[in-house]
Amino acid sequence: MDNEATSMGRRRFLNWFLGTSVGALMGSILFPVARFVSPPEVPEAATNQVEACATNDPELLEKGFRIIRFGLEPVLLMRVAEGDFRAYTATCTHLDCIVEYQKGEGRIWCNCHNGHYDLSGQVVAGPPPRPLDPIEVNLVSAGPGLPQKIVLSRA
Amino acid sequence: MNALKNRLSRWFGERLPLSATTEFLSHKTVPVHRYTILYYFGGMTLFFFLVQVVTGILLMLYYRPSAQEAFESVQFIMTTVHFGWLIRSLHSWSANLMVYFAFVHLATVFFTKAYRPPREMTWVTGCIVLFLVLAFGFSGYLLPWNQLAFFATKVGTDIAGAVPFIGEWLLRFLRGGERVTGGTLSRFYGWHVAILPAVTVVLLGVHLLMVQLQGMSVPPTAEKEARRRRPMKFFPNFALRDLFGWVLALGVLAAIAAIFPWELGEKADPFIPAFKDIRPEWYFMFMFETLKLVPGGEILGVEYEAIPILLFGLAGLVLVLVPFLDRGVVRTGRSPAFTVVGIAALLYMVGMTAWGYRSLVPIYAVLATVVVTVILALGTRRSGGGKKR
Repeated sequence: MDNEATSMGRRRFLNWFLGTSVGALMGSILFPVARFVSPPEVPEAATNQVEACATNDPELLEKGFRIIRFGLEPVLLMRVAEGDFRAYTATCTHLDCIVEYQKGEGRIWCNCHNGHYDLSGQVVAGPPPRPLDPIEVNLVSAGPGLPQKIVLSRA
Repeated sequence: MNALKNRLSRWFGERLPLSATTEFLSHKTVPVHRYTILYYFGGMTLFFFLVQVVTGILLMLYYRPSAQEAFESVQFIMTTVHFGWLIRSLHSWSANLMVYFAFVHLATVFFTKAYRPPREMTWVTGCIVLFLVLAFGFSGYLLPWNQLAFFATKVGTDIAGAVPFIGEWLLRFLRGGERVTGGTLSRFYGWHVAILPAVTVVLLGVHLLMVQLQGMSVPPTAEKEARRRRPMKFFPNFALRDLFGWVLALGVLAAIAAIFPWELGEKADPFIPAFKDIRPEWYFMFMFETLKLVPGGEILGVEYEAIPILLFGLAGLVLVLVPFLDRGVVRTGRSPAFTVVGIAALLYMVGMTAWGYRSLVPIYAVLATVVVTVILALGTRRSGGGKKR
């Protein structure tokens, strides 16, 4: 009876010892792997201001809008009327597509899932949950006799 | 709880009838004799191959195969990604250990004549997998796009260009054009992560299946001993020892990778002169050194350079065909000629490799390596060459 108790104790001891050893081994393999697959934080250079184009930019005049690089982010710059420029983040709040300005309809439209915004970035119809974020537009003189420059900055 | 377990195992058993396989494995035995230890080298090679698969897949998450981004992405892995330095170092070290153990495995199988019938195809598939492993090494070497790799690849592919008749085509095929460019990098990447793994997995699967079905070969010189001693059960006895070796290998590998992280070097630049010590991976060194000894010139329209290249090709072919050439071992259990040629080849490879590294290691270390190899080789011959004890 005594002997049996001792041998069971040894077996349990070994089971625990080996079990925890294997567990530790697995942990020391899985931890680095789990950390490796989670992408590291890479700081993006913060962009606060971007010089977009001249007020008489041909593409802007023809289509009524341009997508401007604002750091790594796309921004929708619209020419709504003579001298009336507006800018919003161009990323649809629904599922990340890039919106466009439809001059004839007088609205901002997302092609992916038929989302409609009005010219102040508010949702009119379709699935987008939030309005587009506004970007500040300033017109800056480029010098005497030259068209003004459009400068975008974070609102 | 137990009732549930039984029902589950019955459910799976009906859909995945593995009972024949487990039955087979439970009866499988491994012969025990003085060379039993040699049976573990194949499994060791397999272990490092598995490490390569896992770490290679992980590296693909961050690596970018283009001349503009490859070096920077590896740099990113080494400096910014969590444990990236460890994963890359494991991949590089494990690759070298895999090649090393593949060569050791080859040597043990060769000198113990384990290629005897009915194991010819196991030998042939093993040789082809070894060549594939070398191709993995050659293609993987370029991927960090550093100076050393860039020039080594230029040299390596240029050698292929010296092959008579098909050389020009071969060079263009390897480089993906006239020169080593970003195009070569994409191509090597494709080979390294898609084509070679696909072919290797199939051939390795066949190789391992044949090993399992045929069981371990007993060297002719140990047959009497193997009959006298009781064989070991494959499971759990042999498998446990194999697993022990794997855990040990993992520990050693992790320690080496952590203490000596693989260096990255400088980004490749095709417009600066090659620096000193441009060299291939160590397992190509003996061929590289041989080619250095060949002077320029040509005979009967064939460049001198092509002669050793053709000889190495021929040697590779002979290696694959060994089971079909060595007929004597089938009749008598002995083939001293093959043993002697094998030792000579091994000595040549080790000697030339050591000679190739003479600029990095002192000459007496090179000589010591050669002397030790000679002694070991003579030892192998005495016990493995078929003499009675």
